[in-house]
Amino acid sequence: MKELLSGNEAIARGVYEAGVRVAVGYPGTPSTEILENVEQYKEHVYCEWSPNEKVAFEVAAGACLTGARSIVTMKHVGLNVAADPLMTLTYVGAVGGIVAIVADDPGMHSSQNEQDSRQYARFAKIPLLEPSDSEEARDFLVAGMEISEKFKTPVILRTTTRISHSRSLVELHERVEHTPQGFKKDPPRFVPIPAWARPMRVRVEERLRAMIPEVSASALNRIEWANKDLGIIACGVAYQYVKEVFPEASVLKLGWPYPYPDDLIRQFAAGVKRLLVVEELDDFLEEHVKALGIACDGKNFVPNIGELSPMALRRIRAKMEGKELPQVLPVEEASKLPPRPPVLCPSCPHRAVFSALGKFDVVVTGDIGCYSLGVAAPLNRMDTILCMGAGISMAHGMKIAGEKKRVVGLVGDSTFFHSGITALLDIGYNKSAPVIIILDNRVTAMTGHQDNPGSGLTLMGEPTHEASIEEFARACGIKRVFMVDPLKYDAFIELLKNSFETPEPTVIISRSPCIVHDHSGLKPALKVNPDVCRTCKLCLKIGCPALEFTEGHVRINNLLCGGCSLCEQICPFDAIS
Amino acid sequence: MNDCVSVFLTGVGGQGILLASEIISNAAMLSGFDVKTNEVHGMAQRGGTVTALVRYGPKVYSPLICEGNARVLCAFEMAEAIRAAHYLAPGGLAVVNQYRIIPVTVSSGSAVYPENIQETLRKCFPRLCYFDATQKAIEAGTEKAANVVLLGATSVGLDLPEETWLEAIRKTVKPKFLEVNLKAFAAGRAAAQS
Repeated sequence: MKELLSGNEAIARGVYEAGVRVAVGYPGTPSTEILENVEQYKEHVYCEWSPNEKVAFEVAAGACLTGARSIVTMKHVGLNVAADPLMTLTYVGAVGGIVAIVADDPGMHSSQNEQDSRQYARFAKIPLLEPSDSEEARDFLVAGMEISEKFKTPVILRTTTRISHSRSLVELHERVEHTPQGFKKDPPRFVPIPAWARPMRVRVEERLRAMIPEVSASALNRIEWANKDLGIIACGVAYQYVKEVFPEASVLKLGWPYPYPDDLIRQFAAGVKRLLVVEELDDFLEEHVKALGIACDGKNFVPNIGELSPMALRRIRAKMEGKELPQVLPVEEASKLPPRPPVLCPSCPHRAVFSALGKFDVVVTGDIGCYSLGVAAPLNRMDTILCMGAGISMAHGMKIAGEKKRVVGLVGDSTFFHSGITALLDIGYNKSAPVIIILDNRVTAMTGHQDNPGSGLTLMGEPTHEASIEEFARACGIKRVFMVDPLKYDAFIELLKNSFETPEPTVIISRSPCIVHDHSGLKPALKVNPDVCRTCKLCLKIGCPALEFTEGHVRINNLLCGGCSLCEQICPFDAIS
Repeated sequence: MNDCVSVFLTGVGGQGILLASEIISNAAMLSGFDVKTNEVHGMAQRGGTVTALVRYGPKVYSPLICEGNARVLCAFEMAEAIRAAHYLAPGGLAVVNQYRIIPVTVSSGSAVYPENIQETLRKCFPRLCYFDATQKAIEAGTEKAANVVLLGATSVGLDLPEETWLEAIRKTVKPKFLEVNLKAFAAGRAAAQS
């Protein structure tokens, strides 16, 4: 039976079919739906959201050492967090198969950078698999388990946004069980103290060499001979664009690009007159082809910034042929259209926090989540973003550097559990005094409402302990800890004011559930009384999509308004009720 | 771009674009075609523009298309039709919902929603099917079926048999909403044929 599955759904299916026992990860676009879809197989596969990718990777590693097949999922920047266990599990090696699924985001649709995570495979000296559609995503997960067990190595399965979120047809298979044999004590194998790590280090190189003949012979890599005037080496979604735009060319399609299949690359290069490497982001393949002494085109035609597309390849083709491709631009009228950027939802409690912060001349160090949208107009109330947890640690860094303004650090609840706890511990330990606001909306909202250690539910739907941010804050040594509802707006502003006047660190837990996830806080839509409204437009400064200004009047869209009352509290003339 | 048919859907988060894309995919699958789709996730769902693309044919490679290649452009919101106009192939059908969603950039006064949009639409799209899908959906039983009304109009620009569309709707929507969706589809089809 064939089903139309996204790349992420197909990987989840592969997890089921490959007999995987343990599937863990941390949400991050475009990887999130993998574990969300594994959940449907929870009778066969244990699955969990871990607090962060490092923990997730270590959980999968522990499972793998008992002989259980395991996976860990994350977005590309998550692998940076998990790089520590990765770089040593590569020495310890695998017992049960372990595949780390890393979803890159070329073009930065939903990310703060567009790193090419393929580099991690070379860095860690482990195999890299790269599917080109959903069927391959499923197949490569299964193949990755086999490679992992055969060579006793972790494997990276790398997708990109267009693989993760495109749907294509997948033939479904049955699950094949793999029963773990249990952990078998073997310290020289599992304990990388220097004396044992040195022989492990040698084995890493031996393993890589042993894989090379296998990679060239693997069915995951193939030559599609056609016209031999031009040969193209391609992998991932770029392969599909190549097939579309260069239908006549011979293609070396690499599904298992690392360790590099040198023999296959040489054979292909020898068979074509001109060689072109088409890959998104870095020159990961091209550099190696050149190192083999083979002349090729690549980044001299193919951009290394942003994602590729059929249109990008048509431009590359035209450039190679010395032609001008007429640009298909948006119609002229499109340039006059109002931009439609993503915004905080109507009745989002975060809006009250940003609106209140707008009243103070402070520096706001922000973090990764829905509340990153607080940087945009008209709120304009976030000054920095770096990575998860940095909202807290950078506030500390600014304070100890002597920043004269008050510094406010912002993180979300899930982000606090991810990387904020250690940052707050640093503030308590090293005694700086920023104001930290934890935007606790009780769920990991930005990636589509996943549960987290504070939400009281596991990924498999079981009730569990709700981690207390308040207790964490006190344990970190913070004495001024407040739990407040930001939609009690005047009191919230008063608390901010007091906190800015205190020479002590303050943690404000701004607790109000995400209204899109938890509808219990929804109230009837509010209305503007046109007889009282003086059109001062103060309410429009909170950037609520439910507030519209048309034909000279402010009105509230009753389909969008959730009755949060922030505009009502802001209105100086009591015109909203 | 070979012999694949591409449909470009655009609108704003929450308008039911992904369901419409799923029905098109199912109709193409039922007709025995290879199918690929692409959707925008993440950031764009927070009130931003949402697009979905469906491609079908004997063999589909790319999940994305070149500008100027969509056989049908179906816009759930008027301004979004203009933003995506360059994806429509010459001679392609534009289905545009007579429906306006004001972006925050307009409410906050930093941008202006275009006036005389109907005129612009006529200029941009020689083959234009422009009507109030929400009104037709209300007539069919619920305003929530506006997406399926637009799908009905979209189906007129594609070459799949009507029975296949109906089968795809039966396969995709929940049984209790089937009847209203079938009515909505018929209303959209009639609007595009008139």
